[in-house]
Amino acid sequence: MLRKKSIIDIDSLSMEDIGLILSNADSFLEISGRDVKKVPTLRGKTIVNLFFEPSTRTKTSFEIAAKRLSADIINFSSSTSSVKKGESVIDTLKTILSMKVDLIIIRHSDSGTVKMVDRFVNIPVINAGDGKYQHPTQALLDLYTIKKRFGKFKGLKAAIIGDFINSRVAKSDISLLEKMGVNVTIVSPTMLLPEDFSGMNVKHCIDDVIEESDIIYVLRMQLERHDRKFYPSTMEYNRFLSLNMDRLLKMKSGSIVMHPGPVNRGVEITDEVMDIGGELGKKIAIEQQVTYGVAIRMAILYLILG
Amino acid sequence: MIEKACVLSGNDINRIIRRISHEILERNRGAESLVFIGLQKRGVPLAKRIAENIEKFEGIKIKTGKLDITFYRDDIGQNVKPTAQITDISFEIENMNVILVDDVLYTGRTIRAAMDALIDFGRPKSIQLVVLVDRGHRELPIRADYVGKNLPTSRDESVEVKLVETDGEDSVMVIEKE
Repeated sequence: MLRKKSIIDIDSLSMEDIGLILSNADSFLEISGRDVKKVPTLRGKTIVNLFFEPSTRTKTSFEIAAKRLSADIINFSSSTSSVKKGESVIDTLKTILSMKVDLIIIRHSDSGTVKMVDRFVNIPVINAGDGKYQHPTQALLDLYTIKKRFGKFKGLKAAIIGDFINSRVAKSDISLLEKMGVNVTIVSPTMLLPEDFSGMNVKHCIDDVIEESDIIYVLRMQLERHDRKFYPSTMEYNRFLSLNMDRLLKMKSGSIVMHPGPVNRGVEITDEVMDIGGELGKKIAIEQQVTYGVAIRMAILYLILG
Repeated sequence: MIEKACVLSGNDINRIIRRISHEILERNRGAESLVFIGLQKRGVPLAKRIAENIEKFEGIKIKTGKLDITFYRDDIGQNVKPTAQITDISFEIENMNVILVDDVLYTGRTIRAAMDALIDFGRPKSIQLVVLVDRGHRELPIRADYVGKNLPTSRDESVEVKLVETDGEDSVMVIEKE
């Protein structure tokens, strides 16, 4: 059971935990559809959103989730805090803990920071993005999106495309999807793969997977983490990896496109595909991922703090 | 040793539901302003059965919904958390007479939570409560408007309601715990 527990990575979640999160998310999705989108469940609990790295959707998603559960949430961003004045992570934490909070949601650009924080504090910690390591709540909302679209996991084929080496989303998603019985293929140029990718099913061109995949999961090119050039040019990237109109048309019926956001338009997905409407537009599940993200995070907060 | 005593049979339950359906119609002078909301889980089929009776008696369509009160409980953090079940109220309750249906009335805490939850969906004209069994031991100032059977119990006993829709049979048992 998740009660009073931290969520740091996918491996530490049991099948029972995952099942509970998914089944409770249905109820929270219904609450988010009401006129009064609020239940009194976590009244009196204080949650801190501690973001040492920029974020719009994850931070907002957790904030909305907490508010819909009636918890008080405090946003703390490194750009507006004493971190700018050189305060260390530990000192920042000591300050926050002194204010008697019940749960910390944390994002940091250095892999391992979240684990370190979890060891340091005696309250639950949720990883909201840990360097290049993991982003478990993203994987859970992705899993929920797949559940809502397909009603099953076993036997589905997912292709995860793009910047693998710098992506914490990819690591969490692969780990979770494989745990649930989804067949995962990674599509990435060699430069964007880890040194050792044995045991992984790897392709180098999106055309190798586009027709057979149920899920085309496009990763964001992590431009801010590129300390060197990983691929020759955007044109080169487009040729082998981008999701464009031609490729979208080749996808099989019932298949979907996912992306953790924010999208680098023209790099991993073209404008044309992003703005498509109508029947074909139903393939694009990116906005649903965001909607379901709130429900999943409400379920997680409820199961940990409730 | 666990002792069980059957206090209501399937036929008894049927008669009670018919009687309560008539009482509701009598008190509200018809069914035009009524909507039915069953509490998860066994209030849901009970609400459906009463609504079906009234549809038969009055020849009009009756709206029924489901309500789960997990997120409104006052003992969150004390007990093992159950997985919430579906809430489905796909109609307006504003200015309607809401007939809330549950199987057993005991401490009254579930009904307190249910009323809080309902108010989030709008301001009903009234909320009336139907229970199949009232077993006493109230901890809050709450009472039922329509009672199937008053069943004085001790706190050591428990009341087990079974319904065809959820359990395969209709019965109410009193179980004495050791």
